[in-house]
Amino acid sequence: MERPAWAPQGIDISVPSVSRMYDFYLGGSHNFEVDREAARKAMEFLPGLPKIMQANRAFMRRTVRYAVDIGIDQFLDIGSGIPTFGNVHEVAQAANPGAKVAYVDHDPVAVAHSQAVLEGNDRAVIAAADLRRPKEILAHPEITGLLDLDRPVALLLVAVLHFVEDADDPRAAVAELRESLAPGSLIVLTHASYEGIPLPKEEAAGTVGVYKNIRNPLIMRSREEIGQFFEGYEMVEPGLVSMPEWRPDTPQAPEQEDPYAFSGFGGVGRKA
Amino acid sequence: MSIPAQASGEPDAEPDGPEGRLRRFARIWSRAIFPLTATSLTRPEFEEHLLPLARELNGILHARPFDASPAQRVGAALIEAHCTDPDALSSTLGVVDSYLVLYCGGNGPDTLSTEDGRARCARIQHTLAAGFTGALRERTLAEQEAIARSALTARSDAEQALHATEARFRAVFKDAAIGIGVADLDGNILEINDTLTKMFGGLEHHVRSHKVNEWVHPEDSPQVWKYYDELVRGERDHYRVEKAYYRNDGTVLWTNLTVSLLRDSEGRPEYQLALMEDTTERRLLNLRLRYEATHDALTGLPNRTLFFERLEKALAAQEGIRFGLCYLDLDGFKAINDSLGHAAGDRLLVEVADRLQSCATAPGEMVARLGGDEFVALTTGPDTADEVDELAGRILNALASPIRLDGRELTVRGSIGVVEGPSGERSAAEVLRSADITMYRAKAAGGNRYQLADAEADARAITRHGLTTALPAALDRGEFFIEYQPLVHLGDGTVHGAEALVRWCHPQHGVLGPDRFIPLAEHTGLIVPLGRWVLEESVRQANFWQERHSDGGPLRINVNLSPTQLHHPRLVAETVDVLERSGLEPGALCLEVTESALIGADDDLLKPLRQLAEMGVDIALDDFGTGYSNLANLRRLPVSVLKLDRSFTRGMQQHPADPVDLKIVEGIVSLAHSLELAVTVEGVETGAQAEQLRRLGCDTAQGWYYARPGAPDRIHSLLLADAV
Repeated sequence: MERPAWAPQGIDISVPSVSRMYDFYLGGSHNFEVDREAARKAMEFLPGLPKIMQANRAFMRRTVRYAVDIGIDQFLDIGSGIPTFGNVHEVAQAANPGAKVAYVDHDPVAVAHSQAVLEGNDRAVIAAADLRRPKEILAHPEITGLLDLDRPVALLLVAVLHFVEDADDPRAAVAELRESLAPGSLIVLTHASYEGIPLPKEEAAGTVGVYKNIRNPLIMRSREEIGQFFEGYEMVEPGLVSMPEWRPDTPQAPEQEDPYAFSGFGGVGRKA
Repeated sequence: MSIPAQASGEPDAEPDGPEGRLRRFARIWSRAIFPLTATSLTRPEFEEHLLPLARELNGILHARPFDASPAQRVGAALIEAHCTDPDALSSTLGVVDSYLVLYCGGNGPDTLSTEDGRARCARIQHTLAAGFTGALRERTLAEQEAIARSALTARSDAEQALHATEARFRAVFKDAAIGIGVADLDGNILEINDTLTKMFGGLEHHVRSHKVNEWVHPEDSPQVWKYYDELVRGERDHYRVEKAYYRNDGTVLWTNLTVSLLRDSEGRPEYQLALMEDTTERRLLNLRLRYEATHDALTGLPNRTLFFERLEKALAAQEGIRFGLCYLDLDGFKAINDSLGHAAGDRLLVEVADRLQSCATAPGEMVARLGGDEFVALTTGPDTADEVDELAGRILNALASPIRLDGRELTVRGSIGVVEGPSGERSAAEVLRSADITMYRAKAAGGNRYQLADAEADARAITRHGLTTALPAALDRGEFFIEYQPLVHLGDGTVHGAEALVRWCHPQHGVLGPDRFIPLAEHTGLIVPLGRWVLEESVRQANFWQERHSDGGPLRINVNLSPTQLHHPRLVAETVDVLERSGLEPGALCLEVTESALIGADDDLLKPLRQLAEMGVDIALDDFGTGYSNLANLRRLPVSVLKLDRSFTRGMQQHPADPVDLKIVEGIVSLAHSLELAVTVEGVETGAQAEQLRRLGCDTAQGWYYARPGAPDRIHSLLLADAV
C-alpha cells in the first residue's frame, strides 16, 4: 500500500542507513554499530569502497567548482546524506559566497543532522523529500523559497541513482527534473557500475547482496544505461567517464590513483 | 655552521635551502598519508595543507628551550584535515622519525647534535601522537553525539508527525459518518467507532461480543464468506458486498460493507478493516418503491409490470415447465361505472380483485390487474393444461354470487380468454395478444364464459389493442377517408343527399369499417377529434356539391354522432363553427344519433340537440327499432327524421314480403308522419323493396339498390344523372 505523503516515516536506527554507511567509509563517526557492521561486510567484498566514496567526493568538488566557474550560483543536491565534510555548500560558497544550495534527502536522521549543520547558513537548506517523487521536490517550500528555478541550477545526483530500483522508474524521475530546469542548467551525476571495478563481477556482486539485505538495494547499471539519464542534455567534456578522469585538477599518471577510484561513472550534462 | 634566519613566509627557491628541504619533507609526508585520508583535496592541495604543519614541526625541533607540547596542535590538525585513519598516525610518526631530523635538523640557528636531535624527535612524536588521538577522540565523541542527537530529533519529529497523523486518524475514525471497525485475522474485534456501535443498536458490548465470522445472516450471499476467507488468508486485499446484520434488538441492519486487509511493513496480513454504510432506510425505500411500481394502487394486486416479469420468467423457464394464463374482462362493467359512478365502480373492482385473489392461492399462481376491468391469472408448473381450466372455472364461480354495493346486489360476469402452453416458445406479448383475442371471442359468444385460445382464430384477429394504439397516429397521418352513400327520394327517385361514412385505410389491415374502430375511438376519446374531422370534411364536400348544383334543390349531408360526441360540451359551438366557415346552410346538415344513445336522455343531454334543431339542423334517430323504441319518448326528442333499422327491410326481401313486417313499417311510418317526422329506410337492395317502401309511405331510402357507399365523385355523377 502506498504511504500517504503526509504520513511520517518510522525512525528505526537498528536498521543500517546508506547515508551513515557512506560517512563511515569516509572515516566519519556519524554512524552506529549497525551501519558499521553493514559497511564492514560490504568492504569484505569491495575493500576499496572508501576510495570509491572519496573519488565521488573529489568529483563532486571539481564539478561544483566548474559550475561556479561557468556562472552557476544555485545548487540542488538530491541524496545529500550525512554532510561529513567538503560539502556542496562549503565548496560552492568558498568559490562564490553568494551561492545557494538546497539539499534533499529522504533519510530523516540525515535531514535532522543537516538541519543542525546548516543552522545559521541562510543560503543553504535541507528538504525532506524523495527522488522518486520529483514533483514534491520541485514544489517543496524550502526549495522554492531559496532557489529560483527559472534560472540555471546545477542538479547534483551524486551516488544516489544507484539506490533507485527500475520498478520506481528513475529515468522518468530524472526526466521530470531535467525538463523543469531552466536552460543553462547542469546535471552532475555519478553512478555505481560493475564497469571499472578492479575485481571480477562475481566478487563485487557480494556488495550488492549486502545492500539488498539491508533493504536498500544497490543497482549496478551499465555505462549506456547511465548515459540515458542525460537524455536531451549536452555532455560537458570529457563526457561520461571514470570519476578521476573528469577534468583532474593536476595532470597526474593514473597509476598514482587508487584503482578503485575508477569504479563506476561520473559526468556532467548541460541544458542548451 | 650558521645559517641566517629566514624571513617567514618567503619561499626559498633553492632546493637545498631550508625552505626547499622543508617542502621535500612535506611532500614525503603527503605521499605517505594521502592514500589514507578521506579528504577531497587534491595531492598538491593536501601537500600545501601539510606545509605549515611541517614548518611548525621544524620550529619545535629547534626551539630553545625545547618544548614538545606544540606538536599536539600538529596531531590535531591532521584530524581536522580528515586524516582519521589510525594508519595515518603511524605513517606520520614514521615520516617524522625518519625524515624530520634528516631534512630539518640543519634548519635551526644552532645545529643540533645527533643525540639531541633524536631525543627531541622522539619527544615530538610522543606529543604529536597524543595530540592526534586526543583530537580524534574529541571528534569521534562530537560526531557520535551529533548523530545521536540527529537521530533523536528525527525520531521526535517523526513521533510528532505520527502523533498528528494519529490525531487526524482518530478524528476521522471517531467522527466518520460511516461505521469503522478493526479486527484481527481471527475475527476478534479490536476497535469500533461510535457510528458503528449506533448502527448496531447502540450497545458496544453487543458488537464486541461476537467475532467477525459469527455475524452470519440468512440473507448473506455466498460471496460474503468466500471473500472473507480469501481476505483473512491474505489472498485478497479488499472486497465490497451488501450484507445484513442483526441489531441488538433483533431488527435487521443492511450495510454496504467494504473490508480491506491491512498488512505489516513486511507485507504480512495483520488486520482487517471494515467500513460500513447503513443502507437499511434506502433499502426499505427501494422495496417500497419497488412494491409501488409493481402493484396496483386500487386493488393491491400485482400490476402489469410485475405480471409481465412473472410471465416472462415463466416463459423463459427450463424445459418441461408449462404456463396457463386466464385473461379476464368483466362484462358490462362500463355500464355499471356509467350508471353508479366511478367510486362504486372502484369498490366493485376491489371486491372482484379479492375474489380473484382467493382463486389463485396455490404456489406458482398469481393474479394481477392489467388496468380498467381487465385482470389476469397466471399458473405455472408441469400440469397447467388441467390447472388452467380449473382456474378459469374457479374465477367464473367466484364471480357468480352477486356483489353487494350500496345496498344493491350486482351480478358481475366476466369473459375469459385462456392460453396454455409450454415455456420457451412464445414471447409474453404474443401470449397476451392471444389471450386478449380469445377473451373477445368469449365475449362475442355471449360472455360469462371462458374460451381456449386457438392459433387460427389468433391469426385472423386484428387486436383491439393494436388498433387502439394506432388510432391517434392514423388521424395525424390522414389514414381516414369518407365514403358517401346516396339518400334517394322514394317519390321521384332523385338523389336527396348522402350519408357520410368514415373508413380507415389501415397500412397493414387494409380498409376497415367504422364498426371496427369507432368503439375504440369512443373508448379512448379520439372520437372527438375524429368526429370533428368527419364533420368538417363532409360539410366541405356538401358545400362543394351545393355550389356545383345550385339548381338541383337542397342537397343534404348526413353525419353520424357518437354518444361521446353528444356529451362533448363544445358540440354546438364546433358545429356552428364548421357550418359558418364552410357557408353551408344548417338545413342541409342532418346529424344522425342512435336510438340507444338517447335512452334515458335527460334535458341536459338533449339541450345541445335542441339548440342545433332550432338552428335548422336536422336530427335523425338512427337504427330506430333496434333499441328500446320508446314511442312515447319520441315527442320529447328534437328529431325530425326516423331512420328505420335495416332489419325491417330485410323482411321485405322475401317474396311475398312478410306481412307482419309490412304492418309494423306501415304503423311506424304512420306514427312518424303524425309526429311530423320523415322516415328514411336503410338496406334497400331490390326494386321490389323500393316499390313496397314507397307505397308504405317512406320518404327516403338508401341501400345497394341505389348505390354502395363510394367516393364523393360518384355522388357527383349521380347528381348529374338526376339533372339530365
